[in-house]
Amino acid sequence: MAVQTAETAPAAAKAGDAGSLFAHAFKDALITGLIAIGLLGPLIGFQTIIIDGALGLGYRPGLLAVMVGIIFAGRLLLNLTVWSPNRVPKTRSGPSVFDRLGATVGPGVKPALLAFAAAFPFISFYAMGGWNESRYLIDLGILILTYVMLGWGLNIVVGLAGLLDLGYVAFYAVGAYTYALLATSTPVNEFFAGLLGETFWANWAFWICLPMAGLFAGVWGMILGFPVLRLRGDYLAIVTLAFGEIIRLVLINWVDFTGGGAGIASIPRATFFGIPFNASENGFAALFGLEFNPMHRIVFLYFVILVLALITAFATVRLRRLPVGRAWEALREDEIACRSLGINTTTTKLSAFATGAMFGGFAGCFFAVRAGFVSPESFTFDVSAMILAIVVLGGMGSQIGVAVAAAVMMGGMEMLRNLGFLTQLFGNDFDPSLYRMLIFGFAMVAIMVWKPRGLVSTRDPTIFLKERKSVSGDLVKEGHG
Amino acid sequence: MSDTLTAAPPAVGAPVRTDAPMLSVRGVKTFYGNIMALKGVDVDVYKGEIVTLIGSNGAGKSTLMMTIFGQPRPREGSIVYEGRDITKVPTHEIAQLKIAQSPEGRRIFPRMTVFENLQMGASVDGFSHFDEDLLKVFTLFPRLKERINQRGGTLSGGEQQMLAIGRALMSRPRLLMLDEPSLGLAPLIVRQIFDAIRELNRTEGLTVFLVEQNAFHALKLAHRGYVLVNGLVTLSGEGRELLERPEVRAAYLEGGAH
Ligand SMILES: Nc1ncnc2c1ncn2[C@@H]1O[C@H](COP(=O)(O)OP(=O)(O)OP(=O)(O)O)[C@@H](O)[C@H]1O
Ligand SMILES: [Mg+2]
Repeated sequence: MAVQTAETAPAAAKAGDAGSLFAHAFKDALITGLIAIGLLGPLIGFQTIIIDGALGLGYRPGLLAVMVGIIFAGRLLLNLTVWSPNRVPKTRSGPSVFDRLGATVGPGVKPALLAFAAAFPFISFYAMGGWNESRYLIDLGILILTYVMLGWGLNIVVGLAGLLDLGYVAFYAVGAYTYALLATSTPVNEFFAGLLGETFWANWAFWICLPMAGLFAGVWGMILGFPVLRLRGDYLAIVTLAFGEIIRLVLINWVDFTGGGAGIASIPRATFFGIPFNASENGFAALFGLEFNPMHRIVFLYFVILVLALITAFATVRLRRLPVGRAWEALREDEIACRSLGINTTTTKLSAFATGAMFGGFAGCFFAVRAGFVSPESFTFDVSAMILAIVVLGGMGSQIGVAVAAAVMMGGMEMLRNLGFLTQLFGNDFDPSLYRMLIFGFAMVAIMVWKPRGLVSTRDPTIFLKERKSVSGDLVKEGHG
Repeated sequence: MSDTLTAAPPAVGAPVRTDAPMLSVRGVKTFYGNIMALKGVDVDVYKGEIVTLIGSNGAGKSTLMMTIFGQPRPREGSIVYEGRDITKVPTHEIAQLKIAQSPEGRRIFPRMTVFENLQMGASVDGFSHFDEDLLKVFTLFPRLKERINQRGGTLSGGEQQMLAIGRALMSRPRLLMLDEPSLGLAPLIVRQIFDAIRELNRTEGLTVFLVEQNAFHALKLAHRGYVLVNGLVTLSGEGRELLERPEVRAAYLEGGAH
């Protein structure tokens, strides 16, 4: 009996209180509205205007009323819905849409996304009716893919090894400057000119510098990794943040070597494996019997970054199956247990830093060849923060999640740039681009509230064994590569 | 309880061994800050033995086990394993000498599957006997085989304990150190785990160093035992003999003999 009473009592209270509940919600919203008048009155209600050269006071009661009205209505609505005490919290049975996207539907989704990415330049060609018209879209695609790659690279350090790195942009910068400095270096150019012909270095610089950029960045990853080996969590984050800034400051201040804040310009462009994208008879268009179009280079760059990003993803998948990759993940879970199992945590951490940095270096090299110009301005903390946000929103460790997050964040940022139509709503001096960061911030908060562990929060096992099936040699072999 | 039993050989009757111990802990003092957790501990483990260490909460049992593994390091004393002084050897290298442990609190990798956890255990051994060892672990703990794709963190406490022991076994250890394997387990599972330990010792000659609260079972299983009180070994001797000692009965077995 007692149990029954306990259960029915609140239900009865609910039914009886429906009226008083609305009254309560209304009262609360009214109070909020009054507070809003008090706060916004001076902020929005008054306006300084210049009358006959002197400062005067203007009034904006209409705008004030609109704002307060929005706040009142919003509060009332929230009180009656989300914050209502009667609301039964939604319990989720089973994984969410995105988790299923990552796991169950994964086998179909991944090839589909890949096919879309590969066909994207041609889709935009047909959609926009020409190469020149589709330039904007393809450029956007390149930008998104660059961040997908950076996200996947940082994912190795943060998502797999669990080392919070806030200075990832440093390795992006090392890669970019490696290419910029080597490609524009006169001694290197002259050396190759004497050896392999005048145009050799200009045509091949990118392809020779690409692995070197990765290598240098990887070495820097280790150098920066050493001092932080003993640090964990917050301390690690702060020190890596400082490293990112130090590299940028060195780039600004070492003027003789890096060109300082002015940066390095006229960096040789990408070539089709030695064949330049120009209108000459030895150019790409002439050799392939095409009409010259500067967009050929852009489309080619799109495929270069697509392939680089896929290499990053593929390498990560492979590494996760190797002992070193598994050690990264184990390190994230329990460092002491790792050591007790005979894993050298020092080399494991350094290898994670170096591998992540290497992919950052590749991406940096690509950045330099695409832009044809590098300056320290491109390597601010914002970039690190953006990449980290992509990794965190993507779900720390999930590749597909990171890719989706990169597309949403970078694509979203671009879309916010194009909110010109809002000026019709809010008047001509409304500049939507000023609100980009605000909306962006709201979106991030929303995602974190809605999916606190990132878009795809499940971790794929590196190997999945059929249940009840005896462990055969094949499967085991695949497991430890 | 300050008189040590070892000081009176006839009473114990433990066979005096002339060979060098596999693991020899000598005068080890371990500190946490200024607090001395181990106050000069001597422990010997001979090849092929099951040695148990019993003691009340906070006696320093786990500290001793972790000190042997080099985290934390002793401030004084020495630890010699198979003739090599490992007092200052890095932890991961100690593990590579084929000492394996199932630490207090199990410390399995919660987000990794059972299979991946077992793979981590085999890192030291280089996977050369992976299939064979896996089958052995599954024969010992069939439960793990059923749960092979489950995440470690979602296993029940007993299953996690089995996984921790299984993971330790995957490295083909010569010395297995277990910290309270019976903690929080149903009596049936405790029996199962202790049987498994006895089996491994008998068939493969595996040397086992067992830290236990469950003094009755541990002393019945072990060849020899040590009693640790407040960072000092106060009693040592053959397992069954210790079981008969009134001090031991009073302090560790009251109502515990089931
Ligand atoms: N990391 C630490 N920092 C400070 N003191 C510690 C630390 N670890 C253990 N101690 C202290 O050292 C003493 C011995 O602890 P230890 O964990 O070795 O006990 P134990 O014998 O394993 O006990 P239990 O049976 O409860 O596991 C205790 O007094 C404990 O409070
Ligand atoms: Mg303990």
